[in-house]
Amino acid sequence: MIQQIVFIILAALTIGSALGVIVVRHTVYAALFLVLTFVASAGLWLLLEAEFLALVLVLVYVGAVMVLFLFIVMMLDTDTQSLRQGLVRYAPLGVVVALIVFAEIGYVVYSREMGVSFGTPLPRAGDFSNTRELGQAIYTAYGFPFEIAGVILLVGIVAAIMLTLRRRQGVRHQNIAKQVRVNAKRGRLRIVHMPSESRTGEKNP
Amino acid sequence: MITLFDFLALSGALFAIGLAGIFLNRKNVILLLMCVELLLLAANFNFIAFSRYLNDISGQVFVFFILTVAAAEASIGLAIVVVLFRNRSSINVDDIDSLKH
Repeated sequence: MIQQIVFIILAALTIGSALGVIVVRHTVYAALFLVLTFVASAGLWLLLEAEFLALVLVLVYVGAVMVLFLFIVMMLDTDTQSLRQGLVRYAPLGVVVALIVFAEIGYVVYSREMGVSFGTPLPRAGDFSNTRELGQAIYTAYGFPFEIAGVILLVGIVAAIMLTLRRRQGVRHQNIAKQVRVNAKRGRLRIVHMPSESRTGEKNP
Repeated sequence: MITLFDFLALSGALFAIGLAGIFLNRKNVILLLMCVELLLLAANFNFIAFSRYLNDISGQVFVFFILTVAAAEASIGLAIVVVLFRNRSSINVDDIDSLKH
């Protein structure tokens, strides 16, 4: 009973904040609504007993990805008034497409048994560890895909750095590698042998 | 009791909202990326709901991989947006039509 109440509250919060993402005028508010959507979804995932992924969703998405979004939104100086001009013009098309997609999904979901009976699962025992189960699956059966996921993250890092790296022409800057590579004794320093002079002016041998 | 179909309906609604956002919003590239995140979240919902009701951990492993790919996608997408803004001084979708002309 209390699970149903929690489900209804969190589902309403998820749907409402997802609607807020697409209709709100300011991009910063849209990003914050998306944060609220993720947090409410994490609550729903806790209800489905996927504790590890719920925490990962909050840590990775709310903590990293959405902060990156907010950072970019605040870095780019955009005109918020003109960014929302077409909303009313395209609203009927968007609503119609959304209703059609929702009706299709609803038809598929509610009209078929899909050959599997979905009984309500029993709650897990108190000492059941979702993280242990997930880790055992990832590091045994899904070991190779897990390494590919690491490679994908590496490619993401390299691509993001290469895309945003720029060398402006005509700006004086240090090339530290070149400075380190210089051999001062042979390249730019010349030692001249000359006789030293004493105070009285006579030359020392 | 909460059935599987409640979760599937919720995920379908999230997916429809994300799709509607892509259609509604013809101006702001960053908002398009946010709508893609909504679509991926809806897919993750399906995986986790089926994982729970079929009592199979593999669904959660796939959600793990989808989160990885979504993080890489967000970082590269935002890098592209930054480069776009640097070159065109605008992130308006209507301005990005060089290939059309």
